[in-house]
Amino acid sequence: MSTSAATARAEGWLMRGAQAMLAPVLAVALAMVVGDLLILTYGESPATVYRLLLEGTWGNWYGFGQVLYKTMTLTCTGLAFAYAGRAGLFNVGAEGQLAAGGFAAALLGLWLPAATPAVLAVLLCISAAMAAGGAAGAIPGVLRARFGASEVIVTIMLNFVLLAMLNYAVASHLSVPETLHTEVMRAGFVPRLGGTFAVFAGSAANWTIVVAIVAAVFAWWKLFRTRSGYELRAVGLQPDAAEYGGISVPRTWLRAMVWSGAFAGLGGINFVLGYKHYYEEGFAAGSGFLGIAVALVGRNHPLGIVMSALLFATLSQGGLAVNALVPKQLVDILQAVVILAVATAVPEVQRLLRKSVAGLSRRASSEAGA
Amino acid sequence: MIMLAFLLQTIRIAIPYLLAAAGGVMSERVGVIALGLEGMMLGGAFGAVLGSYYGGSAWIGLVCAVAAGLFVASLLALCTLRFRANQVVVGIAINLLVIGATRFFLRLAFDSASNSPRVDGFGGEGSGLGVMASFSNPLVWLGLVSLPTLWWLLWRTPFGLRARAVGEKPEAAATLGVNVGTLRLRGVLLCGVLASLGGAYLALDQHQFTDSMTAGRGFIALAAIIFGRWMPLRVAAACLLFAAAETLQIQLQGIQLVPSQFIEIIPYVLTIVALAGVVGKSVPPAALGKVE
Repeated sequence: MSTSAATARAEGWLMRGAQAMLAPVLAVALAMVVGDLLILTYGESPATVYRLLLEGTWGNWYGFGQVLYKTMTLTCTGLAFAYAGRAGLFNVGAEGQLAAGGFAAALLGLWLPAATPAVLAVLLCISAAMAAGGAAGAIPGVLRARFGASEVIVTIMLNFVLLAMLNYAVASHLSVPETLHTEVMRAGFVPRLGGTFAVFAGSAANWTIVVAIVAAVFAWWKLFRTRSGYELRAVGLQPDAAEYGGISVPRTWLRAMVWSGAFAGLGGINFVLGYKHYYEEGFAAGSGFLGIAVALVGRNHPLGIVMSALLFATLSQGGLAVNALVPKQLVDILQAVVILAVATAVPEVQRLLRKSVAGLSRRASSEAGA
Repeated sequence: MIMLAFLLQTIRIAIPYLLAAAGGVMSERVGVIALGLEGMMLGGAFGAVLGSYYGGSAWIGLVCAVAAGLFVASLLALCTLRFRANQVVVGIAINLLVIGATRFFLRLAFDSASNSPRVDGFGGEGSGLGVMASFSNPLVWLGLVSLPTLWWLLWRTPFGLRARAVGEKPEAAATLGVNVGTLRLRGVLLCGVLASLGGAYLALDQHQFTDSMTAGRGFIALAAIIFGRWMPLRVAAACLLFAAAETLQIQLQGIQLVPSQFIEIIPYVLTIVALAGVVGKSVPPAALGKVE
């Protein structure tokens, strides 16, 4: 009895482990092949381009600092997509929520007196970013929970609305003349890593990366160690069963969207508190959408998301390193191929594994019977 | 005269929306979410300029545009229909892919990071004729008839009946002998053709390809589909309404009456309101996004 339970658990682990790793590995391999072909169209050697990509990211401290900087935002937007995803919802609005978070943090930083204690100012700005992102997430959450409106469409449409409104606020009222950014904040600065570790000097990497790691741990704890996280995952797996089990599905959806938006909004502090110390038009620059890829490759698990954010940050930064040989959009294509391949491979791998595990256990039980 | 100019300008802006929305209605009516419209349009725009420039004729451009649209649609169909990948994820990835790919190949094809050289398009050098020049463009007429034709196709032909059945209740359609997979594939491919023509119109009207030139128009078309409740004629009306708002925005640019951003968001806000069902709820085809 106990051995069969242990076998079943081992099988479960094996299956989950293989499932989690197999699809992303296949996807990256496929992307490399596509990348080879694309590089060849420019008459360059794939080996040279890939070496350049690695040297420009993990090969020197500045490049690695830039990778860390990009990892922060991608971790947050990846968590945003995954957190809603665990509740069975698609938050495609991270782009707008991220911008809203950065905007709120910058506004508060402008308004706070310069004498505000640093830690307090940073904490207040973080709260502002999360609150703004959460509020932006609450709109599709309410519309889904209360009216059954598709959160996919609402979040997509809301991106355009939010970005246009922020554009209006900044361009018409708040910008420094001749620019598209606000004044520099008076309080709420987060120091760069270069201040402590001289090797990072010049790169945008800053201590908000620690906030992103804390957010990932927090998301893990909330999803897998709290009652509300259990309810959220139950709703995501089977809303009818969850409802029957006494969980309020609409309330869970709303909570999931608010937290999801808050994670995305938190990503805004990277640019605003850690790097430029002002809000600038277009700073999100697609990081919100890339969060979908990050969550997908990270299999909606906070630990996987941190690792996959590192992968996508490496690709983004690597594009700049190879731009002299092939256009940096090479990595945009590779990122899209990874998304398509993972999205396609995951259901396929699941089907194959289910088949082979079923076959294995059938064989095992028939052997045991004999 | 001002009214006429306004009307002509509105139609001119509406053509890409009408073509792309017609494709989107087709796709969503057979149950496949049309989030890839933006990518299909952009692919069509790039193909049109590539064909026109190297083939020397706008007609060759159109052939290339359709080929590009079919390629993007096939990729989407392969992932969502054959491998049953999530349609939302695939749609978004397709858009990212086409934006990246067109930028990547722009440098290879035209040695520029931002735009192609000038191509003739259908109006030839007749841009001096102003708005009227657009009407020598066959895509204008195709755009104007696309959604009415789609209405006829969906509501007055056996193909349409089957297509709608596949989008509403595929199991029931399958028991009646309808090949669900084939019909969905046809719907997605037709969507690719129509959306790419929308993109081709845009590129040939502006006589060049510029980086990410569709600029969210695929999503405005999607908004029109939802605001028009997946009904071709209502969708056509929504496209014209959104185009009229855009025309107004262009005309009001000189006068600082209303900030342009407030007019820009009209389609998106109307779509959200329609989805929330404040005035008559917008309900999608029942099997939208569910491929088993």
